[in-house]
Amino acid sequence: MFLIDCPYCKESRDQNEFAPAGEAFIARPQNPEALTDEQWADYVFYRTNHKGDHWEQWVHTAGCRKYLLVKRSTISHEVIQVSTFGEINSENIS
Amino acid sequence: MQKKYSWYSLLKAGLSNQEWDKAIPLCKPKSKYDVIIIGGGGHGLATAYYLAKECGITNVAVVEKGYIGGGNTGRNTTIIRSNYLRDEASSLYEHSMRLWEGLSEDLNFNVMFSQRGVYNLGHTLQDMRDIERRVNANVLNGVDAVVVDHKEIKEQIPIINTSKNVRYPIMGASFQARAGVARHDGVAWGFARAASNLGVDIIQNCEVIDIEVEEGRVKGVKTTQGDILADQIGCVSAGHSSVIAKMAGLRLPVESHPLQAFVSEAMKPILHTVVMSNAVHGYVSQSDKGDLVIGAGIDGYNSYAQRGSAKIVEHCAAAILELFPIFSRVRMNRQWGGIVDVCPDACPVISPTKVEGLYFNCGWGTGGFKATPGSGNVFAHTIAQDKQHELAVPFHIDRFTTGALIDEHGAAGVAH
Repeated sequence: MFLIDCPYCKESRDQNEFAPAGEAFIARPQNPEALTDEQWADYVFYRTNHKGDHWEQWVHTAGCRKYLLVKRSTISHEVIQVSTFGEINSENIS
Repeated sequence: MQKKYSWYSLLKAGLSNQEWDKAIPLCKPKSKYDVIIIGGGGHGLATAYYLAKECGITNVAVVEKGYIGGGNTGRNTTIIRSNYLRDEASSLYEHSMRLWEGLSEDLNFNVMFSQRGVYNLGHTLQDMRDIERRVNANVLNGVDAVVVDHKEIKEQIPIINTSKNVRYPIMGASFQARAGVARHDGVAWGFARAASNLGVDIIQNCEVIDIEVEEGRVKGVKTTQGDILADQIGCVSAGHSSVIAKMAGLRLPVESHPLQAFVSEAMKPILHTVVMSNAVHGYVSQSDKGDLVIGAGIDGYNSYAQRGSAKIVEHCAAAILELFPIFSRVRMNRQWGGIVDVCPDACPVISPTKVEGLYFNCGWGTGGFKATPGSGNVFAHTIAQDKQHELAVPFHIDRFTTGALIDEHGAAGVAH
């Protein structure tokens, strides 16, 4: 169990209020028809499943119901950083 | 080392008060093996055993970063069944079930396999339709299964609550009589000892830190106990499969999640069978020691922490109490988590990879224990022949590219 600082509500709330929504920064391909089967499989099914500090999406289901980005350690569950989608993208992540 | 356990050896040791020999020797790695198995859980040890026994490859090492059976093998709720919906999955789990039925004798080690039956409860009309469909599929595949109604369930399990005045009343169940439980760490010890007797080196406290790949082919592994060369490497590291895959430059279609379970204090026998429910999400059996063994679900987030959130346990406890109100004052003794590697279609990957000589057996998710002997058996043949065992063919990693998924969420959507 851990707390997540919702960047929209500006409050530290129990993790139970949020639902996990998968690995972050997986962009839907611009032109799906141009992809090979391997590239499509990688987009749909393959995941980094990183051990360590991991960027993921959560949704504040019992709060503002907005999606947010969370950098969290998958070893200790420590939440390291939270962000809105506008602030951070796959190019400027730390 | 004592090669064979028997009545005679037990009597002799009992009368002479002798110290029992260690069941397996403590090994240091040699510089080279034909095959290295990464991961000394049930599946890895079973793979090594069948490599030695059925494939004639005995120059095998099992490298384990902790102690054998200290990961998910010793953390699951020990349920064994083969009543899966899809032909591919059902064949694989039934193969495993048949191996379970002769396993104690085969290994010369009592794995306490107890065919006490498993009830999979249905709580809605749709649950019952799905159960009937699955039971019919099971029967066509030669797997024993029957549909039972709530009256029969009540007759068999008098303490279960079949009242209609609950949130999710029990309408019926599927019942597999040959299903049951086994002693999970005994399974690891039994396979380890039997494999060791056939010449396999079981190396504990030896963590793989890198995999050497040269021109698209595996060369060996770097470990905390030095470098070891190998012609072939089988990876059976469950929750850490993606970590090992990354060492060889591969990605996998799995994500690691915590799966939790808990046990009560020991009690007199009260529950003689296994009861599972997908809808309310809990499953329970009573171990031979007398404690209730209760399994919950996975947390939705990725984790390698071997612990999960309290709400999952709370949710599961609520489900179990609705099914068995009599358990409301039972005190829980211990609670823990294991890290399971979950595939998108709730089916495992038993497959060669793009790296020659490197094979993966992973993605068993929440239900790998029941498959331990079958998984090891087909994976051993897959490695030995460098060609998938016929039962493993549908479980090739390419199914995520071709789209030929095996959608087993019907039977495996619940943690088990």
